[in-house]
Amino acid sequence: MKKLLRLLTATLLLLTCVATAAPLAAAPGTFKSGVFDPPRQAPNFSLQGTDGHPLNLTQYRGKVVLLAFGYSSCTAVCPVTLHTFALAVRKLGPAAAGAVQVVYVTVDPERDTRVRLKQFLASFDPTFIGGTGTPAQLEQVRKDYGVSARKIPYENSYVYDHSSFTYLLDRQGRIRTLMPYGHSADDFVNDLNLLLRE
Amino acid sequence: MRTRTRILVVSAAVLTAALAGFSLAPISAPSREQVFEIPKGTWARRMAGAQIETLPDRIYLTAGVRDVLVLKNRDDVPQIFGPTLMMPGQNFSLPFDRPAEYQFACTAHASGQMTIVVDPYPNTPWARLSWRARDLIRRL
Repeated sequence: MKKLLRLLTATLLLLTCVATAAPLAAAPGTFKSGVFDPPRQAPNFSLQGTDGHPLNLTQYRGKVVLLAFGYSSCTAVCPVTLHTFALAVRKLGPAAAGAVQVVYVTVDPERDTRVRLKQFLASFDPTFIGGTGTPAQLEQVRKDYGVSARKIPYENSYVYDHSSFTYLLDRQGRIRTLMPYGHSADDFVNDLNLLLRE
Repeated sequence: MRTRTRILVVSAAVLTAALAGFSLAPISAPSREQVFEIPKGTWARRMAGAQIETLPDRIYLTAGVRDVLVLKNRDDVPQIFGPTLMMPGQNFSLPFDRPAEYQFACTAHASGQMTIVVDPYPNTPWARLSWRARDLIRRL
C-alpha cells in the first residue's frame, strides 16, 4: 500500500513539473495574417486615383501593397483601419515605408468623389492612394476580390456594411495574405517586413 | 473487510491519479491546425439544390494548442469560404494568437456570419480539466 502511495506521489510531482511548462508560442518569422497557398495574382483594375491619375494595381509592382475597401463617411471600421496603416508605415521607418503602398478602394462612389476621398485619406497619411469609379466598375473589383458591401438606410442617410479585411500583396503583385480587421500596427509591421525581406 | 478497504483505497488512488493527469498534464494537440474543406463537386451539388454546410456556424479554437484555422477549397470553382474568396485548389491558413470571439462575414452561412471562438490557453489545473471536458463534449 505504501509503495502505491509513493508511486502516486511521484506521478503527481512529475505531472506538476510537466504542467508548468509554457505552451507553444507562435514560431518567429511567421505571418500574423492568413496565408494563401498557393498565392494567386491579384486581379488588376483600372479606377480613378485620388492623385488625379488612373489607378492600376499593376503600377505598384515592386512594392508591397496593403489593399483595403471602405468609404470616407464610415465612422467605425475605416478610420481604425487607416489609422493602423498609418501607424504601421511610420513604424517601418522611411526606407521600408517607401516600398509599401496603401491602396484604398471606395465602396461608396455616390459620396466618395476623388477630392473627398483624397482629403479623407490624407488625414491619415498623404501617401495613401484611393480609388473610385462607376458603381459597375467598383462592383466588378469587389467581385474579383470577394469583398461584400451592403447599403443600409440609416436615419436620413445610409451606411455600408462592408468587408473589413486587408489584403497584403507582395512585390510580384500576388495576394499573399489577408489580415482580418482588428489587428495591431505591430502585426502589420511584422507581416510587411516578412514580405519586404523576400 | 480488509479486501473491501483495499479495493476502495486503490479505486480512490486510481481516480485521483486520473483527475490529476487530466488537470495537470499540459494540453497539446498533434497539430495546431483545425482544417475545413470544401469537397470537389460542392458547387455542382448546391446548384442541383442540395443543402451543403462546409463550415459550422461556430468554430472553437484554443490559443497555443489548436489556433490555426485552415480552409481548403477542393472544388472546381472559386468559393467564398469563411472570410475570404478562395480559388480552386487554394488553402488559407489563418492564425489566432489572442483569445476572443471573432465575427466574420461569410456568405456560405444562412446567417451571413461565422463565429470563431478562441479560448485562452488553459493554464491552471481546473482550466485544463474543464478544457478537456468541453473538448470531449464538442467532439461528441
